[in-house]
Amino acid sequence: MTHTGRFRLWRGDAEGGALTDFDVEVNDGEVVLDVIHRIQATQAPDLAVRWNCKAGKCGSCSAEIDGRPRLMCMTRMSQFAPQDVVTVTPMRTFPVIRDLVTDVSFNYAKAREVPAFTPPADLAPGEYRMAQADVQRSQEFRKCIECFLCQDVCHVVRDHEENKPAFAGPRFLMRIAELELHPLDVADRVPAAQDEHGLGLCNITKCCTDVCPEGIKITDNALIPMKERVADRRYDPVVWLGRTIRRRRG
Amino acid sequence: MTETERHDYDVLVIGAGGAGLRAAIEARERGLRTAIVCKSLFGKAHTVMAEGGCAAAMGNANSRDSWQVHFRDTMRGGKFLNSWRMAELHAKEAPDRVWELESWGALFDRTADGRISQRNFGGHTYPRLAHVGDRTGLELIRTLQQRIVALQQADHAETGDYEARLRVFAECTVTELLTDASTGAVAGAFGYWRESGRFVVFSAPAVVLATGGIGKSFQVTSNSWEYTGDGQALAMRAGASLVDMEFVQFHPTGMVWPPSVKGILVTEGVRGDGGVLKNSDGERFMFGYVPDVFTGQYAQSEDEADRWYEDQENNRRTPDLLPRDEVARAINTEVKEGRGSEHGGVYLDIASRMPAAEIQRRLPSMYHQFKELADVDITAEAMEVGPTCHYVMGGIAVDPDTGASTLPGLYAAGECAGGMHGSNRLGGNSLSDLLVFGRRAGLGAAGYVAGLASRPPVDEAGVDAAAAMALAPFDPPSGDLPGENPYALHAELQQAMNDLVGIIRTEAEMTAALDRLDELRTRVRDVAVEGHRQYNPGWHLALDLRNMLMVGEAVASSALRRTESRGGHTREDYPALDPQWRHRVLVTRRAPDDPDPVVPRVVVEEAERDPMRPDLLELFDLPELEKYYTAPELVTHPGGEPA
Ligand SMILES: Cc1cc2nc3c(=O)[nH]c(=O)nc-3n(C[C@H](O)[C@H](O)[C@H](O)COP(=O)(O)OP(=O)(O)OC[C@H]3O[C@@H](n4cnc5c(N)ncnc54)[C@H](O)[C@@H]3O)c2cc1C
Ligand code: SF4
Ligand code: SF4
Ligand code: FES
Repeated sequence: MTHTGRFRLWRGDAEGGALTDFDVEVNDGEVVLDVIHRIQATQAPDLAVRWNCKAGKCGSCSAEIDGRPRLMCMTRMSQFAPQDVVTVTPMRTFPVIRDLVTDVSFNYAKAREVPAFTPPADLAPGEYRMAQADVQRSQEFRKCIECFLCQDVCHVVRDHEENKPAFAGPRFLMRIAELELHPLDVADRVPAAQDEHGLGLCNITKCCTDVCPEGIKITDNALIPMKERVADRRYDPVVWLGRTIRRRRG
Repeated sequence: MTETERHDYDVLVIGAGGAGLRAAIEARERGLRTAIVCKSLFGKAHTVMAEGGCAAAMGNANSRDSWQVHFRDTMRGGKFLNSWRMAELHAKEAPDRVWELESWGALFDRTADGRISQRNFGGHTYPRLAHVGDRTGLELIRTLQQRIVALQQADHAETGDYEARLRVFAECTVTELLTDASTGAVAGAFGYWRESGRFVVFSAPAVVLATGGIGKSFQVTSNSWEYTGDGQALAMRAGASLVDMEFVQFHPTGMVWPPSVKGILVTEGVRGDGGVLKNSDGERFMFGYVPDVFTGQYAQSEDEADRWYEDQENNRRTPDLLPRDEVARAINTEVKEGRGSEHGGVYLDIASRMPAAEIQRRLPSMYHQFKELADVDITAEAMEVGPTCHYVMGGIAVDPDTGASTLPGLYAAGECAGGMHGSNRLGGNSLSDLLVFGRRAGLGAAGYVAGLASRPPVDEAGVDAAAAMALAPFDPPSGDLPGENPYALHAELQQAMNDLVGIIRTEAEMTAALDRLDELRTRVRDVAVEGHRQYNPGWHLALDLRNMLMVGEAVASSALRRTESRGGHTREDYPALDPQWRHRVLVTRRAPDDPDPVVPRVVVEEAERDPMRPDLLELFDLPELEKYYTAPELVTHPGGEPA
């Protein structure tokens, strides 16, 4: 089955731009990215769009579809009625490069500010022993495909350029949680999460969790447990110290 | 060219997949200033798509596993055409490379005793694939990416600059290698920033190519847009050789419906974990397709096959897990003979084999993929699958120990390098290949740079020529005429390769393919693009077409030349395996007398393969070797005079 779909795409660059209408063939089973590719091949060969795997695995094709942050390659056309106008705009939180492509370097800068995995000094490669139950929590966060949709939607930085320097965003606060929950990481990550990466700015609205294409429970499983650790520490540093020492020996 | 940005590095790595990142880590750890250039964002390279796992004989799941068994499996999978030295190094070093990832933060799935869990895969005797659910490639690339960040953090602590010794140039495409005009040695590379379209010149005495595969030359493929054969074409244009280009792997299980997702991979892990192939009669047809060379190595009844999942000592494995070339051909035959599924594939059934929750736990991304893209619930119904172009075994000819190509200063690793996998790659052997040979190429490049008395100068005429070539699509010779649409040319190329140089080949079809390529190569000169240089996909594709055409010719010409069937090369007109072809390798180079700068022609020549070292040959029984080798090649085997 084929019908003519109505698309409205933002076209422009850092200087400015506007929504442009396209009438384009849509076939059964297609996703938004297929239709954008058809527009490229037949009507607008220089239409800028970032993509890679077209299978929801690389996190390149992030954009806002009818205002909602989504992966273009995982948004099926069947969810729209044939007469609907589908509006696709670039992610709003990051500067536009061109058309649907944004400059996501903010995220790479934040990634560099999170200290790397710190392995235990007394274990050589090959000697690591970890139970599945203990790695599972961090594994959930490592499903992240770095689409940056959670970063895009988070109101702390969306439309709040001034908060960007102080806030790592849900993806990288979750990275800190991942390392904190890693059974063998020996670094202490709790104070920095609060003081340097802006955990305190998050007021657990769960918008990040709602848009995550990997279904990661960012707020419940990463952000709230980190906030609890911050709170625990504030009240009772001695308890915390005891706990950490036991954990490292174990 | 005044507007051209310039950079100087000791080692330039082109490609940020598993191989490129591992090479860069090694070069940086040897103290060299290293740059990584890649077409996509950092962390998005094709490696991210790998699903099933990374093969390494750690012996965690079965302590009888060893490098020798892994070596044997790899050689058998490749039908004894592999570079035996690469297969040896790979089998020996893969465990260390996997364990090293753990010390950089990787979190693989665990065994009950807390070690890295290993899963079954086609052609591997024991459960051997380290994995994280079915998203192993993501874990691998993220770990390497985070290791690079860790090294940058160390440099930052020391110098105040994250990029003092290791810098990633993302969304930057290399269009030509640069050489030293007097010696021909590699001296750097020329490229453009996708974002701005501005040119950039890298000077570096050593360049490591890690650009991946060629799948985007085929219509039905599991590969991403990056796979346009850039590294293979760059190497040939600069004067290096390729080997084994006729061997292209068609993965047996790609999605077949809906059309927009045709080709997307369904991991072999589905079969490794218990899924079985069935035709429209509900028959497990693979039992009828065990080839002579594997007789006795696979189960002969469904009962035995099913028992094998639990007890591998006393049962033989299911033929659903034969090497990929065998399974892909079997599916092709079933469909051709009318026993295919509704949309032209066969059924892959895991739903009836284990509880729904178990499927969701073991294969989360497959569950997700079918649910989201095809409205199929794999815990309740069978998947429809069919062959898809997946991997190229051939590639840049390299020295096994150092990754050095035939051109001084040029190194290659990963999918763009050839030799390791022979005529057919075993699943899981690519991720381990990336780590083992990525590291070795980084080491090789570092050693080469350390031994140089002076740095080769970049040939400025080469820079100007590369810039002119890159700009040509904005000013096509067709002038005011409409010019060729790059998207349309690409579609024609994909159609030709798919239909004429696909899974089953004939002389007539390949000759037709070469004619089609010839025509496209004339038309590509008239390719015209609209708009300006800033993030312009039409322009990017126009430049990639040059590479796809050159590599397409390499594949078709090599395939035409090899008059036998083996691994990822099946000839309808020469259906048998021929021992006289085992010891011969087809080498592809740029034709020395073709000065065409756009898409130079290639020549294919035969050469002899290096005979296997006797101690490795002895790892196989004589009767098995006799299926592949000619009698004179086996006289030194201690099993006695061949029959
Ligand atoms: C869907 C799928 C599943 C797979 N599953 C498995 C598995 O389970 N186990 C396994 O072992 N193997 C698997 N494979 C195969 C394996 O993933 C690939 O062979 C491997 O990842 C290739 O890695 P690489 O480092 O060689 O290149 P890639 O990861 O492909 O990286 C290539 C890099 O080169 C860059 N590049 C290319 N051209 C240029 C240029 N001109 N200029 C600048 N940069 C350039 C790209 O941007 C990219 O960064 C799978 C493959 C697919 C498609
Ligand atoms: S839960 Fe916190 S991080 Fe997530 S969107 Fe809300 S404020 Fe942002
Ligand atoms: S956590 Fe989810 S939404 Fe955020 S970057 Fe990762 S995959 Fe995307
Ligand atoms: S293109 Fe990779 S996630 Fe959409």
